[in-house]
Parts: sequence; C-alpha cells; structure tokens
Amino acid sequence: MGLTHSSTGLGAVDGGLVIEKLSPSDRVIALAGNPNVGKSTLFNALTGMNQHTGNWPGKTVSNAQGHCQRGEQGYVLVDLPGTYSLMAHSAEEEVARNFICFGKSDAVAVVCDATCLERNLNLVLQTLELTPNVVVCVNLMDEARRKGISIDFAELSRRLGVPVVGTVGRKKKTLNALLDALDTVAGEGRTSKPLVYYPKRMEESIAALEPHLRPVCGERLPVRWLALKLLEGDGPLLREASAFLGVDLLSDEPLMAETRAQREELDRWGFGGERVRDFMVSALVSAAERLCRGVVLHEKTAYDQTDRRLDRVLTSRGTGYPIMIALLALVFWLTIVGANYPSELLTQALFWVQDRLTGLFAALHAPDWLHGALVLGVYRTLAWVVGVMLPPMAIFFPLFTLLEDAGYLPRIAYNLDKPFRACKACGKQALTMAMGFGCNAAGIVGCRIIDSPRERLLAILTNNFVPCNGRFPTLIAVLTMFFVGTAGGFGASALSAMLLTLVILLGVGMTFAATRFLSATVLKGAPSSFTLELPPYRKPQVGRVIVRSIFDRTLFVLGRAAAVAAPAGLLLWVMANVTVGGATLLSHCAAFLDPFARLMGLDGVILMAFILGFPANEIVIPIILMAYLAQGSLLELDSLAEMRELFVANGWTWVTAVNVMIFSLMHWPCSTTLLTIKKETGSWRWTALAALLPTAAGMALCMVFTFFARLVGG
Amino acid sequence: MDHPFCLSDLRPGQRGTVEALHSVGAMRRRLLDIGLIEGTNVECLGRSPGGDPAAFLIRGAVIAIRSSDGRDVLLRER
Repeated sequence: MGLTHSSTGLGAVDGGLVIEKLSPSDRVIALAGNPNVGKSTLFNALTGMNQHTGNWPGKTVSNAQGHCQRGEQGYVLVDLPGTYSLMAHSAEEEVARNFICFGKSDAVAVVCDATCLERNLNLVLQTLELTPNVVVCVNLMDEARRKGISIDFAELSRRLGVPVVGTVGRKKKTLNALLDALDTVAGEGRTSKPLVYYPKRMEESIAALEPHLRPVCGERLPVRWLALKLLEGDGPLLREASAFLGVDLLSDEPLMAETRAQREELDRWGFGGERVRDFMVSALVSAAERLCRGVVLHEKTAYDQTDRRLDRVLTSRGTGYPIMIALLALVFWLTIVGANYPSELLTQALFWVQDRLTGLFAALHAPDWLHGALVLGVYRTLAWVVGVMLPPMAIFFPLFTLLEDAGYLPRIAYNLDKPFRACKACGKQALTMAMGFGCNAAGIVGCRIIDSPRERLLAILTNNFVPCNGRFPTLIAVLTMFFVGTAGGFGASALSAMLLTLVILLGVGMTFAATRFLSATVLKGAPSSFTLELPPYRKPQVGRVIVRSIFDRTLFVLGRAAAVAAPAGLLLWVMANVTVGGATLLSHCAAFLDPFARLMGLDGVILMAFILGFPANEIVIPIILMAYLAQGSLLELDSLAEMRELFVANGWTWVTAVNVMIFSLMHWPCSTTLLTIKKETGSWRWTALAALLPTAAGMALCMVFTFFARLVGG
Repeated sequence: MDHPFCLSDLRPGQRGTVEALHSVGAMRRRLLDIGLIEGTNVECLGRSPGGDPAAFLIRGAVIAIRSSDGRDVLLRER
C-alpha cells in the first residue's frame, strides 16, 4: 500500500509495458510467484538474462521481459513482481494482477516454493480464478529433497486441473518440462472449474450476479471472479475492468442494483464490509490446505531443524549481535588479506606497462605534452584505480553476495528491528543498509521493500552513511598505511579488519543517529506495523555468485570508475601543467580549497579529490596520488609503503588519515546514487537533503575531531 | 492473565491456534496473506536479540512479528 505509483515508477510500468515479440507466433508467458521462490533465477535461466536476484521479498518490483527460444517456438517471458496475493493490496500486487487479467498472456506460470507449497497455493488459486491457462511450477525441488519433502505432482495436477511440474531454477534441463507444460496450456482452449468454495451465502450472491456479467464479459474476463470483486467493492479494479471491456460496469444500472441488493443481503448474514474479504481469504487458505493434504509428504518430521538451529545461534539474545559483527569483521579480513597480494602484483605489472609506454612514446619521438597527458595523466590514474581499488572490490562483493545468497540478510533485519524502531524506523531498513555496502544506489532502490512511505524515506536519506564497495578500498588503504603498518602478516591484517569494522560501526551508528534526527524533525511519525519473512537458509551457489558478482558488479563498477578516471586523469594532468600567474591550475584550486579543508583536518588536494570523485568514489585516492605526484615529489610508486611516504611528505599525519576516513564515510553520495534518489523520491528537495545530511555530518565530525586532536597535540 | 491470550504471549517453543484476528488495515491484510486465519496453528520459534520482534512458524513459513502487532492476534491453547 505504502508505495505510491509516482514514487516507484510502477505506475508507468503498469500502463506502459509493451510486449516485444520477435515473431508473431511467440507465446507470452507471465511468471508469477511469491517473493523469494527463485522466480528471478528461473527467469534468468530461461532467458539468459541477468536480472539481479535476491533472497528477500520485494526484489522484483517491476515487470521485466525476456526472450526464450526452443526449436521453432519462441516465448516472451514477463517476470511479474513477487506477491503473496493478487488482491491488489500493494502496487506490486496490482501490477501482477493487472498483467494476468488484462495483459493478454498466453499462459501464466505460477512459481512456487516446494518447501512451503501450501502457502504458495494461495497465489495459484487466485491465479486460477483469473485464467485457466496456468502451469504450477514447483521450484526449489533440490531444497525440498534436502529437507525430505516429497510432492505427488500427478495427484496435485489432478486436483488443480492444470499441469504441475517440478523445477530446479539453477538447472536448465529441468526447465524443459516447464516449457512443455506451458505449450500444452497455451495451445488448447481450456475452461476452469472452481476450486475455491466460499460460504454458502456468498456463493448465492455470486450466482445471482453471474447472469448480469456473462453478456458483458463473454470469454474475456472470468465472471465468477468479477462477481466476487463486485461483492468486495473493489472500485479501482472495476474501473480497470470497465476500461478493458469497453463497457462501464459501474453505470450498468441493473448490475449495480443487483450488487447493492446482494451486499445488503450479505451484510444481514454477517458478511458485511471487511468481512467479505476475510471470508474470501479464509476460503483460499482452507482450499490450499485441502489440496495439499496427502500431496505434500514430509519424510523427516524435523525437516527444518537445521534452519531452526542456525536461527537460534544467529538471532539469539546472547550471540545475535556478536556474530553479526564477527561476520562483518571476517568479511573485511578476508577482503584485506585477499586483496593484498594481487594488489601489489597488479600495481607492479601496470607500472611496468607504464614504463614500456614511456619507452614507446620516446622511441616515436612523441611530444612531451602528449606523453604527459596520455601516460602520466590518463594511463596512470587508470592504473591506480585498477591496482588499488579493483582487488578489494573483487573480493568484498562476492563475499557479501554469499551472505545474501545464504539468506543471512533478513536475519540482520530481524536482529536490528528493535534498535531501528527506537529510531522510529523499521528493521527492513537494516536490509537496505546492508545492500548499501554493495552499492548505495542498489540500497536505495531496495528501499521499495519498505511499505510505509515515511520509513522508506528515512531509509533512502540515510543509506549513504554506510560505505559502498567503492569506498571500502579507500578506507582499507588509509587504515593499512597509517594505523597498521604495511609490513603485513596475520596480526596486521586482523588489526586492519578490526579497525575497519569499527569505522563501519561508526557508519551504522550514524545511520541510527541520522534516522532518529530525521524522525524527530522533518519526518515525524510513529513506527508502522511490520511483518518480515525469514526465508529458509540456502546453500549459496558459490561458483555462480563469484561469476555473477565479478562480471555483473565488479567489472561494471570498475568500468564506471575507469570511465570517470580517464578524463579525470587527463584533467588533472592539464591542471598540473597549465600555469597561470606563476602557479599551476592545480595549486590554485588546491590553494582555494585549502583554508576550508584545513578546518576539517584535510588539505585542499584531498577535498578537491572528493569533489572530483563525485561521479565515482573509487577515484578519490588515485586523484590524491596523482595530484601529489604532479606537484612532483616522487616518481616511482608501487607499494602502499611508498604511497604512505608520499602522503607523509605532503603533510599527512594520523589526524589527516582519520579525517579522510570520516569524510569518505560521510560526504555527498556519488552522482549515480543521487540520481537514483531523485528517481525514487521524485523530489529534488529530498535528493538535496540526502546529499546535505551526510556532508554536514562528515564536515562537522571532521572539524570536531581535528579541533580535539590539535588540543592534545596530534 | 488479565488480557486474552495472544500471539505476543507465546514464549519460544510454545504453540497456539488462532482464535480471532483483531488487526486492522494493512496489517490485517498482510497477516491474512500469510495465511493467519482462524484455526491456524502457530508456534513461537524465538525472539530477536532485543526481545522483540519474535519469529513465528505460520503455515510452514517463518515470519517475524512485533509484539505490538501480535497483541491483535488472539489465540487459544491447542
């Protein structure tokens, strides 16, 4: 409910989805399903596309379509938003329902979770009320087998009157049966039989309305279902249906008179108002229960024992929080240790190439400015981005995705609901915060899972307080250089990981503080109600995660950073080499920013690097390096130790280092994130606040820290 | 007990059966969506580190519900 159409853009998708068939004979298949049943994985496997999949509700929020070809037959697959129901309580449900009703699909595959089939049948039954062309796709069969759950497909199919197939979304060959079944239902003219029986009085009302609806609907909409909607009084749906049929149902006087009479009758029998919907839901749930009886067999009585044990450890009072922090630290430690060696190797290799390039330019007698601009400007900045930033990114992201894949993230939301509620927000903000570790823009899109508009804004505005994947390497590099020493070894890396964890906890603390601040000022309100599903733990697909995160994310982010780094490198070289009034442009800029930067315990170059890093945070450290190098102190630089020397030569102390980390943690979001915020909130004012809030916090904190550090003589 | 037995009274390991659902609005619809109707068996699986929300086994799915919301779900002993 909380998601308004304008704020999520779902409205646009709803009205504007244009099915793109490659050939007129292509079949349009809608994929419906509860959240978290592997629907997107299935969609990706069928279409070869790479929609990001996730382990929590609300991930697929808008329709996506893809194409799949098998022999002569083509299919257009439409991935509907994950919903529990089609009663249109939320924007997602409305999108899903409208597509099934009015979208002219040839068949609907309802994807179900085999480990939790009964609840999933609710959606199957609702879909069957809309169209007989349904295939029930019981997914996650591998998980079900592991839990000793077996399902009698033949019997279920007989009871439902539609094909039922078992699939394992990650295994492509299990999908052929699904396509076969879809061909069957799409090819034949089918009629449905009612599977859900409502209380007798309601059935009488339905029967009384059906004769009025049949002439207008024909075969185009199911009359039984439309009669239910009339009894329920679902105005928006009736208007949509009228538009679809080209007949205004709401001004059809005989129909309306009958509807009013039946509703009064129902009222008298105690089915009035909200109660109608209650009885409808109850009828669905009971039908699902009845259909599953004898069809779903649990071989192990304690089929979910492992999950329960894990939950007891991961979410208990004593161990919940410590394990959360320990896992965070472990991920950081692995990132730091894992990145160390490849980083060194890469840097050396890239600078070896730089020397060869210089040699080449010299051999070709290229002018100095050309060599400077291309090699010392563009290439060197790129080399820094790749050498210093890539390895930690390439390790952190897959590790984080593994936790996500295993189903740990919803547990974080569960653990943190109480503290977030103390800030008048909700635990789902913990999910979006955690997604922010990967990428703040992704975290902000993820905020759609939060129903209350107020709580959603809180989550969007504070997401930037946790550092994204692009900022981790900056933090790690500065930590390693100034607080741990660059000698290496287990002790050093463990210390780095611990310190980094502390920095992140500061970010999390600031998230709480900012949330609390916002809910006391511009976003006043009480926490709304909340339900959160804790999905079963799943064995993460290690190989796929690594491939997916390296190719989809790391290379993408790196590409973006490189695209920014190359021009930035060029700009920097020009600034460092064009002199105006006896000093380079670079020194002019740095000098201009310097007084203010000094207040924050930084210097002009650092602040300039953060400003130039606006398009991508990954290039901040490389820019600082470039700027210092351009001012000409060192030329060869291929290790963190030498980098440290360069920084120290430019006046860095441990205070500078702390301030860089604070400011890296808290400053304006990168351009992509800001654009995403604009898109999600639909407002430049909220976007401006989202930039202002962390910037002000970062600046203030840096100034306060610098002030005290100077007091004690730092 | 001076108030009726409700979902938030369940201690970890305890079970109950839904007697009546007094939730309203969005919360009511969400609870109905997850199948929490009269006669549904629920089991409290545990509490979060802060003591609230708690996790419940409802029709095979694990759902976290805050105690302020759970008060509107009346239970009877099984």
